[in-house]
Order: sequence, then structure tokens, then C-alpha cells
Amino acid sequence: MTDDRTLAAPAWRRVASQTSFETRAILRNGEQLLITIIMPVLLLVGLTQTDLVEIDSPGVARIDLVTPGILALAVMSTAFTSQAIATAFDRRNGVLRLLATTPLGRGGLLAGKILGVLAVEIVQVVVVGAVALGLGWRPELSGVPAAIGAVLLGTAAFTSLALLLAGTLRAEGVLAVANLVLVLLAVGGGVLVPADQMPGIMQHVAVILPSGALGEAMRGALIDGGVPSFSVVVLLGWTAALGWGAGKLFRWQ
Amino acid sequence: MPDSPAVVVSGLRKSYGSTTAVDGLDLSAARGAVTAVLGPNGAGKTTTVECCEGLRRPDEGTVRVLGLDPQDDARTLRPRVGVMLQDGGLPTGVRALEMLEHVASMYADPLDTDALAERLGLHGFARTTVRRLSGGQRQRLALAASVVGRPEVVFLDEPSAGMDPQSRHAVWELVRELRADGVGIVLTTHLMDEAEDLADHVYVVDRGTVIAEGSTAELLASGAAAVRFRAPRGLDVAELARTLAEGDRARRADPGGRTVTEDAPGAYTVQGDADAATIAAVTRWLADQDVLLTGLTVGRRTLEDVFLDLTGRNLR
Repeated sequence: MTDDRTLAAPAWRRVASQTSFETRAILRNGEQLLITIIMPVLLLVGLTQTDLVEIDSPGVARIDLVTPGILALAVMSTAFTSQAIATAFDRRNGVLRLLATTPLGRGGLLAGKILGVLAVEIVQVVVVGAVALGLGWRPELSGVPAAIGAVLLGTAAFTSLALLLAGTLRAEGVLAVANLVLVLLAVGGGVLVPADQMPGIMQHVAVILPSGALGEAMRGALIDGGVPSFSVVVLLGWTAALGWGAGKLFRWQ
Repeated sequence: MPDSPAVVVSGLRKSYGSTTAVDGLDLSAARGAVTAVLGPNGAGKTTTVECCEGLRRPDEGTVRVLGLDPQDDARTLRPRVGVMLQDGGLPTGVRALEMLEHVASMYADPLDTDALAERLGLHGFARTTVRRLSGGQRQRLALAASVVGRPEVVFLDEPSAGMDPQSRHAVWELVRELRADGVGIVLTTHLMDEAEDLADHVYVVDRGTVIAEGSTAELLASGAAAVRFRAPRGLDVAELARTLAEGDRARRADPGGRTVTEDAPGAYTVQGDADAATIAAVTRWLADQDVLLTGLTVGRRTLEDVFLDLTGRNLR
């Protein structure tokens, strides 16, 4: 008797193939590159080399305060905006359904997407990190493992949000919402500007947003060498809620 | 299991909200044969094949593909079933051949993508992104993707939609080769000639259920002795029948049950012998009425006629 073990490629190869396919699709798309690589680098340079935006950094070099936030924003642009748009259009074009009928299946497709996001994030960290180091960034090296953990948690939360949007709204709607939400969170979500420097009630709102939690976690790790446990709890909470929502509400067609 | 038919669907029902898409449909498709599911848009064809592909879960009834359940045995079935979706399912940003190679990478022993591309004429646009392909080029690419894994069963949902005649010919040739190799092919179509030329067995589907089935020959053979013509609606069929009967008596012919009916507005059937004298009498009568004859077929029916006879409506 023949079975899937002999007719299909091994599972790891199917997922690896899908990961590479997803990664290439993002890195080759001009708009996606703009939002995932160019925008974070421009913001990094703009926020550190000019005084256009006021950020207090008592006792910390400005670049050391800004870079973790830029890395958090980079994670959001890939895990959320880029992934939401790509998935929404793949869903509209029937790509998700077609790949689900191949040996890849829905599980392999999801795994490939998540690994593709992580692959793009590695590229982002390398590019943003290199520019920041060139500009004088001195991260707290003992906090790197914690920062990696924060990136993974943030990726989980924001990919869940991306899939929730992509699986429920029309592709054009997702395009608009995913970009708008990224801009709103970048400005007022506690990513770039630490929550405690935000005006009034936003201080308290920002820390419970996934964006604020990721920003605080990255700054905690790369400045002080430790992630605030409150941020971890917030990110876990969002991941659970959004992941549950995406699993419940995602429509394949 | 090796002897189980390619596809068996029984009592399939599927609703979307208050709309019933498939309403108790039965169908069976053999290996090494082309089975066509013919019907107008909205008849439930796509929902039926999507249940077979494991993309939708039936509300009621059972679906078996190669003897297996498309939902419960999905992992076993996926490598053995090829799918061409109606909307293509191709990502727009990748190059044509890259997409084919990507799908091929999911299988342990796929067809040689280069040879397959050659076969379907994909090389002319191998490096073009899917976004820039014509409808026919996309269809050919989607077909290639559906067969690259050497499937035992292939589902083709409206494979000829948007294709130029040349592409269509290439697709039909490939389908015939697959059949010769023992692959079971299920295709949905609303194109009569596609079903007639390609299919071994046809299921005529309307409003979510099968209204006729049989080999193509069987479906076309019934009522072969008839003249069908198209002319302005509302002609006096009783008068025409009388005229024809008089002619029959005059030449001492026994046509056997000469009747004339208007099956649909402007579409008429003359039962009984479809000989030269009958045709001459019909056209003479129409000329006497001063109406224009816009079409006339004798004997061999088309699937369009079959559909018209069954439903009183045109397929398109």
C-alpha cells in the first residue's frame, strides 16, 4: 500500500520549501521591503541623528534607547502588517486553499508562514543592528537572550493579529487597516517612545497594548539586561486572545 | 482499496446559511476515465468538488475519494489527489515556473517540471510573474500544478475558462493522456463541447442535484430521431404538426408519432423521422410563415439540447 510517507516529500522539506517561498515573496516585494526594512532604518537614523521627535533618555545614550524600539517596530511590521497583507491577498486569490490541497496542508502552510516571518526578522535585526552599531549603539549583551525571547513572543502576538485580520476582512480592507494600525501603534502605542514619556492616560494604555509591551520588553532587555515580567504577561495574554480569535474566526475562503 | 472507484459521492448536502448549494447529490467517477459534472453557474458543481478535495465539510452524505474520507484521511489523500481550483489559487507575485517548482517540491517524486512546462507551453512565460499572465496562461499553469505530483485522481474546476482554443487543445490532450495512464479525472464545466469531446461519463447537475447521468453517448442518443430548430418564439406548433402530417400522408410515410413542441422560447423539436423530406417541409412551412430560421440540427443532439429538454432552460 502506498501512503503519504512515500508519495509526499518529508514534512521538514515541505515546511522548509514553504518558508523559503514566503521569505522570498516578502523580500522581493517592493512595498513589503519598504515597510519592513527601509522604514525602520530611516526611523532609526531620523530619531537618533535629528531632534525632530523629543525623547528623553536620562542616563542612557539616545541610540541605546531608540534602537530596541526600532527593533520592536521591525518585528511588528513583519509579523503584523506584512503578514496580514500577504495572507489576505493569498486568501483572496485562493492560494491558501490550493496549497492546503497539496501535501503541505494547512498545518504546513501555517508553519511555513511563521518561519518565514522569523527569517525576515533575522534579516531586519542584522540590517537594523548593523546600522545602529555603526551609529554607536552599545546594547547590554547579557540581555540578548531575553530580547530574543521578547521577539518570539511579540511575533506570536502580532502574527496572531495578522491572521485574525487576514482571515476575516476583505483584502483591500486588510491593506488599509494593517498599515493604519502600524502607524497608530508606532506613534501612540509605546513602541518607539517609552510609555512613561507619553501624555496623560496614554501612559497607562500603552503598557497594556502589545506594541507597548514589546517596546518595554526590548528596552528592558537591551538596556538593563532583563524583561519586565508585566510585559511578558501582557504579550502572553494578547497571544492567547488573538490566537484563539484567529483560530475561531479565520475563513479560508 | 486499490479497486475502489476514484470518487463516490452519495446523498451530499451542503448549505451556506439559508442557501442550499448541494441538495442530495450522488455521483461516482471511475479511474482511467473522465467524468464531467455539467451544469449552469450556481448549480453546485464547485461546492461538490470542494467537498471531494477536503476543502469543505459536507452537511450530510458521504464523500469517498480512492475509498478514503477527504476530511479524516486528508494526510493520506493529499499526495494522491491533484486539484485545479476555479480561481487558480496562484500567488500573484511569483514567477510562473517558480510556482510550479514550489508545488513540485511538496512531493517525493514529482514530474519533471521542465518537461511538463514544455508539454503545456509554459516556457514562453516561465519568468513572468503570475500577475502579468493572461487567463489562459494562468489556467495552464494551474493545470500543471495539479498534475505535477503524479496524482491518481485529479479535480479540474472549469479548466477551460478563459482559455484560447490552442491552450484548450493542449489541456484536452493532457487530460486524455492522464486518462490513458489510469488517472481518474473529474471536471466541472458549463461548456457543452468540453463535456462532449472529453468526457466518458456525464452528470448533468441543476440546483444542487443530478438531473441526468450516463455515458456521453447514452445521453446524446435518446430522442435521436428528431429535428430541432430555432426560430422566433410563439410559432403555431399545432399548425406545423398538421402540415407535416399531411406531407407524411401524401408521400405514404409513417413517421411514427409526429409532434412538434416549443421546448423553450424559440427552440422547437419535431419528433419522428428526421429525413430530408421532413426538413424540407419544416423549412418550407417557416418560409410560408415568413419567419427566419436561425438554427437547425438533425438527429444527433447536443448536451445543450439534453439540458434544455431536462430543465426547459438554456445552460448559459
